[in-house]
Amino acid sequence: MVGAACALYAARAGLDVALVDRGPVAGGTTGAGEGNLLVSDKGPGPELELALLSSRLWDELAGELGRAIEYEPKGGVVVAPTPEGLTALKDLAAGQRAAGVEAVDVPADRLPDLEPHLVPGLTGGVLYPQDSQVMPALAAARLVRASRARLLTGRAVTGVLRTRQGAVRGVRTDQGDLHAPAVVNAAGTWGGDVAALAGVTLPVLPRRGFVLVTEPLPPLVRHKVYAADYVADVASDSAALQTSPVVEGTAAGPVLIGASRERVGFDRSFSLPVARALAAGATRLFPYLGRVRAMRTYLGFRPYMPDHLPAVGPDPRVPGLYHACGHEGAGIGLSTGTGHLIAQLLCGGEPELDLAPFRPDRFEQEAA
Amino acid sequence: MRTDLVVIGAGPAGLAASLAAATRGVRVVLVDAAPAAGGQFYRQPAPGLGARRPGALHHQWRTWTRLREGLDRHIATGRITHLPDHHVWSVEKASGCLTVHALSGPEQEQPVTVRAAAVLLATGGYERVLPFPGWTLPGVLTAGGAQAMLKGTLVVPGRRAVVAGTGPLLLPVAAGLAAAGVAVAALVESAGPGGFARHAGALAAQPGKAVEAALYAARLLRHGVRILPRHTVVAAHGDDRVEEVTVAALDSGGRPRPGTARRIPCDTLAVGHGMLPHTDLADALGCRIDGVVGVAVDDEQRADVPGVWAAGETTGIGGAALALAEGHIAGRSIAARLSGAAPDPQEWERAAQSRAALRRFFSVLDRLCTPPVHWTEQVTDDTVVCRCEEVRAGTVREAVEQLGAGDLRTVKLLTRAGMGWCQGRMCAPGIAGITGCPQTASRSPFARPVPLGVLAREPQNDPRSPVESPAEENVRQYNVTHHRGGDRP
Amino acid sequence: MNPLELTRARPEPAFTVTFDGREVEALPGWTVAAALWAAGITSWRTTRRDGRPRGIFCGIGVCFDCLVTVNDRPNQRACLVPVRPGDVIRTQEGTGHAD
Repeated sequence: MVGAACALYAARAGLDVALVDRGPVAGGTTGAGEGNLLVSDKGPGPELELALLSSRLWDELAGELGRAIEYEPKGGVVVAPTPEGLTALKDLAAGQRAAGVEAVDVPADRLPDLEPHLVPGLTGGVLYPQDSQVMPALAAARLVRASRARLLTGRAVTGVLRTRQGAVRGVRTDQGDLHAPAVVNAAGTWGGDVAALAGVTLPVLPRRGFVLVTEPLPPLVRHKVYAADYVADVASDSAALQTSPVVEGTAAGPVLIGASRERVGFDRSFSLPVARALAAGATRLFPYLGRVRAMRTYLGFRPYMPDHLPAVGPDPRVPGLYHACGHEGAGIGLSTGTGHLIAQLLCGGEPELDLAPFRPDRFEQEAA
Repeated sequence: MRTDLVVIGAGPAGLAASLAAATRGVRVVLVDAAPAAGGQFYRQPAPGLGARRPGALHHQWRTWTRLREGLDRHIATGRITHLPDHHVWSVEKASGCLTVHALSGPEQEQPVTVRAAAVLLATGGYERVLPFPGWTLPGVLTAGGAQAMLKGTLVVPGRRAVVAGTGPLLLPVAAGLAAAGVAVAALVESAGPGGFARHAGALAAQPGKAVEAALYAARLLRHGVRILPRHTVVAAHGDDRVEEVTVAALDSGGRPRPGTARRIPCDTLAVGHGMLPHTDLADALGCRIDGVVGVAVDDEQRADVPGVWAAGETTGIGGAALALAEGHIAGRSIAARLSGAAPDPQEWERAAQSRAALRRFFSVLDRLCTPPVHWTEQVTDDTVVCRCEEVRAGTVREAVEQLGAGDLRTVKLLTRAGMGWCQGRMCAPGIAGITGCPQTASRSPFARPVPLGVLAREPQNDPRSPVESPAEENVRQYNVTHHRGGDRP
Repeated sequence: MNPLELTRARPEPAFTVTFDGREVEALPGWTVAAALWAAGITSWRTTRRDGRPRGIFCGIGVCFDCLVTVNDRPNQRACLVPVRPGDVIRTQEGTGHAD
């Protein structure tokens, strides 16, 4: 998705773009995501600024591609089961509002107006009208098509070509070299591997997540709904399984249920305990779902970086190399902003946001 | 207490394995989705129908009688526990123990759990149907479906039927429908007699099969059924149900021969293009699946996950006799392995010979019974190819030609074809053909849909019984869990 | 010859169920699909997108084309669910769930 967005904005800025992927379009984490475009789960800071920029750009894109990518500006509802949770949630929302987020406090007795099937007894919540959704695989494929970039799928990058001075001059693939003065690393969870081909380190780690998919339903879940504990805490480096309920309908009918996080490498095996935990979380929020059937699960690997911020911008260690990866679970949402900023950089302009917090070499500096 | 062996599927393979294992002292729980044992091949009329001559719709009735009597005997001694109406949705392997999760009850909402040291997957297969214009009309159904309804409930789909497609199932289906009073207007088979003549040697190695086919053909003749070899159904027509089908002869290149198309009025089209194995449970367990052939097994019918065996159609399509041989071998292997001994293959030499011969026979048959080479040319862009999600052929073609999809997973992501209730089991072969993408075995972590409320409940561990159901008090109330997590979707 | 005659069946007494309000006779041991077929009914569901009629396709519980609402429970597979006296069977539209 991030690669598709980079291609789109770079091509629209007048550049000649080739998009290379060793797999198909949306074959990595994109095809395994829910397609969230969220501002609600981000506290004030650089990531929220990127999310707000991205949100505006998605809204623009929706004008030309909205239906084709199943864009739904449906809003998010965060609910708090306990008074303490509600206090923390309202504090977060106040901070977000100051940073430009639309956030509407919803008292407990108004929650049923927003989500009639929510479990009774919640203490309140916050509505985030800017939260939206797309069908991520369609979004990636349609953005690629709209970019008119040369799409080279099934072609693996095996090396980064450098000049004698060390600057990037293209990539080597298993089907020949591609020459270009700039290379953008949008390899998501595998971004560390591409960086390594250029001789630099980029600490991107996989964080596995499962999504449960239900039978098709009418729009019983109208927003993206999740519990406040999902955002209550920020930085975890735990490898252990964590789940918190995230429930949302889709344009096509099925309800998607997340979210689990585990650091188990690239293990693709099905885990019944994770599926059970997701089902338990969802049925606690929406008791109605207890009799609804799950049809399948899918899994993906979020590109996770130690400080939970992506790497966006030029790599000072390798002139001509740009990174646009490590967005963890927010890559679909943050892709438009990322692509837009990368295109500004590629054209020699001043990026719209301060990219210092996203510097790709920031971990090296810490280590030094 | 837990049982030694869970057998999933009470068709020929599962029954043969259960009997072979139980005879050797293994405690068996036989889990099956149907209300009575027999599987698809030996599907019996429901007891309430009081059929006094059920064998009229079957052949190899004596084999069935022996299996049935053996099962009854072992049930009486308690060696085999038969759980009919139990739909297995997952088999889980944890710390050396295999746990089988099933749903029971009329609405399939009661969770049941069985633990065992060994599991035999004898989950059978289902019919492959390739799409054509009109195939979603009511009255168009699988050949095997028509047969299952007839055998199990003694009802027929209509008054006048066309049986079409390719493969060894079409003859018995047409014969069964004709015997049950349906006017079979034609049996349309895309394979021609030429191929059979060229492989006469290999086919004659199974004289029983040739006799079987000849008997069916004679019966069809008696009922005045027209057999149309090297013909294909081009389209089914009707408004709210099938009223006519267009049938055409095939030229040597496998295309409908111009000028040969004709319409046959009918209210039923029973169609099939061979069979596919059920491999979901094996796949979720991490067993190796051999392309679209089936679960990969060794000479003892062991899958490559310790404790898991597989037999019958799930390891490759080959009919009831092959399933019996494989099941028998699996049962003996399991009995030996569970007692800590390596089995002696000499003991099942006859079954192994029969297995080898039948596998050869069916690999020849598989090459002969193929759909018309250019069948996808008949699939118009507005033909629905994914029945569940109503995805049309044109949309699928666009995903490949315009959006860069080059494999079935990407086609699914971009079109929803294969994302519906059946999880692509019905449409995958058709979409593979239309897109030119290789077909892989159907994979879904759940072998069938499971209510979220069931999924949410951990099974209770009752040490007294091998069969467990969760207690109501185990349903958790909403409580807040504070994860210290970078909680992102 | 019909299949009951062919197998010399002596069914237990028939009972009545309703399909979209109309009375339909059923035999013990039948599935919902068998009862509907016997009454000449071949479709009992309309699809989510195009509203097209569907009925039995695979007949063995794999394809989910024969989904039907029985006693207000949607998405039951007619080819598997046994029919019981007094069942209220309704044509299922769309997802089968009320909005």
